[in-house]
Amino acid sequence: MTWDWNFAIEVFPEIAGAIWLVIGITLGAYIVSLVFGLALTFARRSSFKPLALATYGFIEFVRSTPPLVQLFFVFFALPSIGISFDKYTAGILTLGIHYSTYLSEVYRSGIEAVPKGQWEAAKAMNFSKMQTWFKVILPQALPPVIPMMGNYLLVLFKETPILMAIGVGEFLQEAQLIGAANFKYLEPITIVGLLFLLLSYPSALLINKLEKRSKRGFRSTKKAVKEMNEFEELKG
Amino acid sequence: MMDVYVDIIPKILPGAIITIQLLVASSCLALVIAFIAGLGRVSRFAVVRSLTSVYVELFRGTSLLVQMFFIFFALPAFGFQFSPFLAGVTALGLNYGAYGSEIVRGAILAIPNGQTEASIALNMTRWQRMRLVILPQAIRMMLPGFGNTSIELLKGTSLVSLITLTDLTYKGLMVQNTNISYTFPVFIVLLIMYFVIALPLIFGVRKLEKNASKGVVKA
Repeated sequence: MTWDWNFAIEVFPEIAGAIWLVIGITLGAYIVSLVFGLALTFARRSSFKPLALATYGFIEFVRSTPPLVQLFFVFFALPSIGISFDKYTAGILTLGIHYSTYLSEVYRSGIEAVPKGQWEAAKAMNFSKMQTWFKVILPQALPPVIPMMGNYLLVLFKETPILMAIGVGEFLQEAQLIGAANFKYLEPITIVGLLFLLLSYPSALLINKLEKRSKRGFRSTKKAVKEMNEFEELKG
Repeated sequence: MMDVYVDIIPKILPGAIITIQLLVASSCLALVIAFIAGLGRVSRFAVVRSLTSVYVELFRGTSLLVQMFFIFFALPAFGFQFSPFLAGVTALGLNYGAYGSEIVRGAILAIPNGQTEASIALNMTRWQRMRLVILPQAIRMMLPGFGNTSIELLKGTSLVSLITLTDLTYKGLMVQNTNISYTFPVFIVLLIMYFVIALPLIFGVRKLEKNASKGVVKA
C-alpha cells in the first residue's frame, strides 16, 4: 500500500477546510500572548518586589512545563474549581498564556536596549509614567523586536495541532478521523504536513526579510548615536 | 487532603521514568543530528548544503506532533513499523536536531574570520582547522542554546502520550480517568513533576550562559 492520488485529492478539501479555524485560533492566541506578555513584562519590572518575584516564578514555571499538560489543566482541571471554558476558548487561552511568557522576554530585550538617556530625558520633560512608557520607551523598544515577535506567531501556529487532544477539529484532528475511518493514514497526514509547510515557509521568508531590514535600520541609528557623540565631543 | 497526593504520585512515577528515558535518548539523537546537519549547512559542497537545508526547513516548518503522527501512523504504509517509544525518539530527535543544527551553524559562523586565516597560515588541513580551532571555540557558544533546546525537548516529550506511549502525561490521564474526583490534583502533580525534571536544565542553562563569554575571542 503506497500513495493513492485519488484518495489524497478526495480528502484534501476536508482537511484544508479547517484552515479558517486554525488561523482564527492562531490569531486569537497571538493577541492574548501579545497583551498578556506586555502585562507580564510590566509586572516583572514592578517596584513592588513580591509582585515582581511572583511574576518571575510564573514565567519560569509556565515556560518549562508542557503546553499539552497546561491545556489539560485548563480544560479538565479548572472546571472542578468552578472555572470552565469551551474547548476553543481553553485552547486559545492556554496557547496564548504559554507564549506570553516567551513574548515577555522579547519585550524585555527590546526595553533593555533603549538607552538610559531616554528615561532621563522623559523625566526631565516631566512626563508621567504612562507617558514615558507609551510615548517614549515602547515606540523605540518594539520596532527592533518585531521580527522576533513574528517568529513566535509562526511557532504558535505550529503548536495548534496539540489542540486535537481536547477535540478541536484542526488539521491533524481531521486527518486522524479520516485516517481512522479508511485505515489509510499516509495521505491525510502528509497533506497536513504540506499545509503547514505551505503556510509557514513563505511567512518565515517574510520575517527573514523584515529582520534584515530592521538590522539595517538598527545599524543606522547606532551610527547616528556615534555621530551625535562625536559632535558633543567637538562642542565640549 | 494530602493522602490524595500520596495516592497519585506512586501511580504516575513509572511514567516519569519513561519521560526521562525519552528525554535522554532523544537528546542524544538530536545532538548527533544537530552536528551532522549543522556542519552540513557550512559544507563547501553545494549539494550537501542544499540537502541539509531542505531537511532543516522541512522539520522546522511543520509541527512536531504532525511529524510524530507521520512516523507512527503513516510510515507503516511503506512497511516501517515503529514502536511508540522508537517513533517518539525519532520524531523528537529529528525535530530538535533541526533546531539544534541552527545553533551549531550560528556558532560556527560566529567564530571570527581571523581564526580561519591563522589556521590556514599554519598549514592546517580543513579537518584540523575545524577540529582544533573552530569547534573548541564554537562549542562553548552552543552550550546555552543546547540547554534551552533540551527544555523545549522535555516539553515536547509530553506529546508521545498521543501516540499511546505511557509517559508521565499518559499515566496522569489514566489516573484521572479511573477517579474523576482526582482531576484537579492529578494535573497539578503533573505540572510540578515536569517542572522538577526541568529544574536542573534551567539551572544548567543559567550557569552555561554565565560561562559562555569567558575567555572567548571577540570579533
